[in-house]
Amino acid sequence: MDFQLTDDQRALRAGMRELLERRFPRARLRAVVDGDAERGAELDRALWRKLGAAGLFALRVPESAGGVGLGLPEAVLAFEEAGRALLPGPLVATELAAGLSGALAAGGAVPGSSEAGLSGLAAGAVQGETVVTALDEGGARAPVEHLACADAVLALGPTTVGLIPAAEVARAAEPIRSVDPATPLHRTAPNRARQDPAGPSRSGIAARLRREAALLTAAQQLGSASRTVELAVDHAKRRTQFGRPIGAFQAVQHLCAQMLVRAESSRSVVYAAAVTEDPGDIAAAKLLADEAAVHNARDCLQVHGGMGFTWEADVHLHLKRAWVRAGQWQCAAAAEEELAAGLVSTVETCL
Amino acid sequence: MDLAFTEDEEDFRHRLRAWLADALPMLPDRPHPADWPGRRAYDCGWQRMLHDAGYAGLHWPKDAGGQGATPTQHLIFLEETERAGAPYVGAGFVGLLHAGPTIAAEGAAEQRARWLPPILRGDEVWCQGFSEPDAGSDLASLRTRAVRDGDTYVVSGSKIWTSHAEIADWCELLVRTAPVNADTPKHRGITWLAMPMDAPGVTVRPLRTLAGTAEFAEMFLDEVRVPVTHRVGEENDGWRVTMVTLSFERGTAFVGEVVACRRVLEALARTAKANGRWDDTVLRRRLGRLAAECAALWRLTQWNVSEAQRTGGVPGVGGSVFKLRFSQVRQELYEAAAEVLGPDALDAGQEWVADRLSSLSYTIAAGTSQIQRNIVAERILGLPKGR
Repeated sequence: MDFQLTDDQRALRAGMRELLERRFPRARLRAVVDGDAERGAELDRALWRKLGAAGLFALRVPESAGGVGLGLPEAVLAFEEAGRALLPGPLVATELAAGLSGALAAGGAVPGSSEAGLSGLAAGAVQGETVVTALDEGGARAPVEHLACADAVLALGPTTVGLIPAAEVARAAEPIRSVDPATPLHRTAPNRARQDPAGPSRSGIAARLRREAALLTAAQQLGSASRTVELAVDHAKRRTQFGRPIGAFQAVQHLCAQMLVRAESSRSVVYAAAVTEDPGDIAAAKLLADEAAVHNARDCLQVHGGMGFTWEADVHLHLKRAWVRAGQWQCAAAAEEELAAGLVSTVETCL
Repeated sequence: MDLAFTEDEEDFRHRLRAWLADALPMLPDRPHPADWPGRRAYDCGWQRMLHDAGYAGLHWPKDAGGQGATPTQHLIFLEETERAGAPYVGAGFVGLLHAGPTIAAEGAAEQRARWLPPILRGDEVWCQGFSEPDAGSDLASLRTRAVRDGDTYVVSGSKIWTSHAEIADWCELLVRTAPVNADTPKHRGITWLAMPMDAPGVTVRPLRTLAGTAEFAEMFLDEVRVPVTHRVGEENDGWRVTMVTLSFERGTAFVGEVVACRRVLEALARTAKANGRWDDTVLRRRLGRLAAECAALWRLTQWNVSEAQRTGGVPGVGGSVFKLRFSQVRQELYEAAAEVLGPDALDAGQEWVADRLSSLSYTIAAGTSQIQRNIVAERILGLPKGR
């Protein structure tokens, strides 16, 4: 057992951080949220292609299919960095679509999708040429993000997986005023044909993709949760009141300490889930990472005081994105039910 | 990141499992909690079995008579013994986990030869005389005085929260040998002594806790004479001597408890299914959330142990983070247990009710959660010294 990052994994994480600092610095994030709403809804295709060229979507695609040939732990580390930088866009769905393209290249087919043109869309996802968003019809039914600028939609039914042209989904979708200024959202009407009263299947490719989506989303939440600890601590060291930094007051110190506890305990289970791919570990990872991201953003806001309530501070962007992600894929109720079921199943667990 | 065990580690696990299967049926019946001599005999007997099988002082260095096991082997040992329902370290706690490692690290050759083997064999029991009525979280403000009289120290004062004082042979004692003044900060002027518990002037009084039991004791010291040869480390250097032992911690301190948490949680779920409370969505989801917390604690343990194995040192961020989360989860677990039990939660004879009461100490013992947060804030997050 050696449950620590390898040197390669450390290098990958550092490389991803450096890339994002260069290609998506804070000024770019602020440009997205400080411009008009129309521009905020656009996705920077040039940046998307650069991310693709850097391998963000191809980490898990086999080398034989033009990918990097790494695994879920590496993808989790990269997505953690994306979450830390509040990188906008349907990253998870595009990564999953790129993975499907790897399967296609290996002679398989995207189940539930017969249109030949779609394999081209999936292949484009690997390089960042294609933007793919997701429609989860078997689970949380979260609003669809970045639909207007997406090329395709990865539609996950209870058991089916399909790649649908985005325009087709957009015809039956209504834009909503997204709480997160960097994540445009559409509400879709339920598609009865694709629903199953029994709920999502626990096995098969749709279930696997749903789990991977939950874990990659949890990784982004973890990145955000760690970042808000840093933001809170930095502010507490600099902001002076009553003649001393507010970070010298225990009331503020304890808020910050609890933030670290949340971030680090969710980190351990997010990383473990990436290694084991166990459904229980993934449910725990999503549940605790969601909570860490949301709660840490709330506490970070509190540490910032009045400044935290302004548009100018980045804190609200972390909170709003955390809310969006918490509603995507396995939400708290589903994760808790899955974990509860695990308590009474006869299958032996890792613990 | 690798969660798989090596061949050597799996081999260690299988040999241990096989030995436990043979050894545990040989144990006598567990003594009543109030039967201190019986508890001593039981705990020391178990330690002797471990010793004879080559498992004593697993994490101690080999030159101290230990096995020099890796942190991962220690994790496996604690996991397997908990799963098998083996006895806890019990009366051997202070000797094996604190006083022994301190002597191993700081003691002179003759001190190591005198005190370490009986700890490993389960022949001698140690207790800890650190906390005082007026020195809890602020341990360094302790006031028990030791005055030099030729080749002995004369010790007077009082200690509290001393476990196993009734049956201990030795006490690792922190005493003040130099008064606090402008030149001597309170962390200086403290000395570490090994005090024989049968020395004249030692009075032990059981301390009844809110759980109704007397797991701890108060200790009153009235001019107790301790030979200078029983001092480990230099005079006035006892604070550093004591802290050295912290470097023996390998992230394994709560392995058994985390395994136990999962077992209790599964038992709660079974009970809830049987009594119908499982149909309550709120309760069911609460148990599901606790399962996530247990998973995180287990993974955090593995993370900390792996970190210790790599660095050979104290877990960095992990130790305090773990302690804070664990103590909170452990209390939440028994709050959920009370909900599963319903009206039976008022029956103090129920195991979970007794555990619920005991769990109230977790956020206090070994550094309150507030002190832990201070440590995290100042030492890990680098915030200015608090006030």
